[in-house]
Amino acid sequence: MAEQIIFYAFSCLLIIAALGVVVSRNPINAVMSLVLCFVTSAAIWLLLEAEFLAMILVLVYVGAVMVLFVFVVMMQDIESATLSARFAPNVWPGLVVGAISLAELLVVVWVRREGLPIAAVPEPHPADYSNTLELGKILYTQYVYAFELAAFLLLLAIVAAIVLTMRERPGLKKQNISQQVSVRKEDRVRVVKMEPESDA
Amino acid sequence: MANQLQQLLGQFLPEPFDWLVLTVLQIVALIICVILCVAYLTLAERKVIGYMQSRIGPNRVGPGGFLQPFADVIKLMLKEVIVPNRSNSFLFVVAPLLAIVPALATWAVIPLFPGFVIADINAGLLYVLALTSLGVYGILLAGWATNSKYALLGAMRSAAQIVAYEIAMGFALVGVLMASGSLNLGDIIEAQSGGVSNWFAIWLFPLFIVYFISGVAETNRAPFDVAEGESEIVAGFHVEYSGIAFAVFFLAEYANIILIAALTSVMFCGGWESPFAGWEFLQGTVFAVIANPSLAWFAVKIAFFLFCFLWFRATFPRYRYDQIMRLGWKIFIPVTIVWIVVECGMLLLKIGPWGTVL
Repeated sequence: MAEQIIFYAFSCLLIIAALGVVVSRNPINAVMSLVLCFVTSAAIWLLLEAEFLAMILVLVYVGAVMVLFVFVVMMQDIESATLSARFAPNVWPGLVVGAISLAELLVVVWVRREGLPIAAVPEPHPADYSNTLELGKILYTQYVYAFELAAFLLLLAIVAAIVLTMRERPGLKKQNISQQVSVRKEDRVRVVKMEPESDA
Repeated sequence: MANQLQQLLGQFLPEPFDWLVLTVLQIVALIICVILCVAYLTLAERKVIGYMQSRIGPNRVGPGGFLQPFADVIKLMLKEVIVPNRSNSFLFVVAPLLAIVPALATWAVIPLFPGFVIADINAGLLYVLALTSLGVYGILLAGWATNSKYALLGAMRSAAQIVAYEIAMGFALVGVLMASGSLNLGDIIEAQSGGVSNWFAIWLFPLFIVYFISGVAETNRAPFDVAEGESEIVAGFHVEYSGIAFAVFFLAEYANIILIAALTSVMFCGGWESPFAGWEFLQGTVFAVIANPSLAWFAVKIAFFLFCFLWFRATFPRYRYDQIMRLGWKIFIPVTIVWIVVECGMLLLKIGPWGTVL
C-alpha cells in the first residue's frame, strides 16, 4: 500500500518533470526539469531494490553530466534564443521516436497482462542484501573481460577527445606552473649589502 | 534509548506511525544540533582568527561574545530580501534551498555514536557521494538566476572547482572502501577499531590528506575561496542575496564544513572509536572510560578538523585559479591512483590491520 502511494507520487512527479523538459521555453528551466527527472527516476529505482544503480544515476548524471549541461546552457544568451521557432522542423522525427517509445511501453503492458513468465515479480530480498556487493562480484568474475574492455574503450575515448581538441596555436604564451610553484627566494631576491652613506 | 522511545510511542500510536514519529523526532533533533554547531562555528571562526591576528574578536553581545551568533541571525532575519529586477525570481529563491538540503540530508547516514544512525543503509558511502555532488546546483543556479556578471563568474569558478575536486574525493573514498570492505559508514568505523594504529589516516595517509584538502576546496573555503573572491568579484555567487536568503547560503556553507569534518573523522579517524582503545593498562583505572567508544571522541575529532578549517583560513593566502585546477587534476588525482595501487599490494601481502578483508 505505502509502496504504491510512493510509486504513484514519484511517477506523477516524473511525468510532470519530463513534460517540463519539453515544454519549457527557458533552457535553464528545461535542464533543471531534466535533473528532477533523474532524481525521481532514481527514487523509483530504489523502490525496485536497485539502490546501486539509483545512487550511480544521481552521482554520475545529476552530479557530473548535468552540471556540465548547466554550464553550457548558462553561457548562452537566453534572451535571443527563441526555442519555439526551432521546434517545428523537429516535429516529425520527434513524433516517430515518440510513437516507437509508446509502442515499446505498450508491449511491456501487454506482456504483463498476459502473465508471461519473463515478467514475473521477483522475490523481495532481505534488508541486509547488498545489491552493490552482488553486482561487484559478478562484474569482476563472470564478466571481467567485458568489463575491462569497456573500461579500456572509455580510456581510449578520453585520450582521443583530449588529442582532438588540443590545438597548438603559434605564438601562444604559456606559464610553466611547476616552475612557478617551485621558485625559491634565492631565485628572485638579491640582498645587496652596503655601507650606510649618512654622515650623521 | 531509541528503542525505549519507540516502545513508549508504540503504546499510543499504531504500527507504522510510531516508527515515523520517532524518525522525524531524530531528524529534528539532529538538524537542531547541526544548526547550533553552525551558529557557534561562526563565533569560533571570528574568535580563533581574531586571536591568530592579535585581536579579541566579538566580545560585546552576552558574556564573552557568547550570544553574538543569535544577534547575527536576528539581524539577518529582520532585513529585507531583495530580489533583483531582471533576475529569474523563482530560481533566485530556490537556489539557497538547493544548497542547504544536501548539506543537511547527508547527515542521515552518519553514525554519531555506537548504535545510533538515522538511516543504517548498506550503500551509505554512495549516498554520501551522490548527495554531496548535488550541492553545486545551489551555487550554480544562484549565480545564473541573479543575472549579474560577478555572480555568474563566481558560479562558474565554483562549479569547475567542485567538479575537479569531487573526482579526487571519490578516489580517496575508493581507498577507504577497499580497506574496510564495506559501503556502510558504521562498518567503516568498526573496521578501524582497536586504537589509533588501526585508523585509515595512518595506513592511507596520502588519501587522508587528499580527502581533507579536497573537502576544503569543495566547500569553497580559504585558500580555495575564489568563488566569492571579494577582491575580484565582490562576493561571487551570492552578491545580490540579502537577509534570510543570504543567511541560508551561509548556513549551507558552514553545515557543509561540519559535514566534511565529520566525514573525514568517520572515514579516516575511526569516528566514535577512541584512540586509546588498544591500551590494556588503562583497564581497571579511572582512565578506563577514555578507551571506550563514545560520542565525545567523535565530537573531539570533528572539533579538531573544524579548527583546521579556521587555521587554514587565517594562515594561507588565496590560491590563483589555474593553480587550484592544477592541484586538483594534476596532483591529487595521480596521488590517489598511485596510493590505491599501493593499497592493492598491501591487501595482497596482508600488510596492515585489514588482513581479513580478502
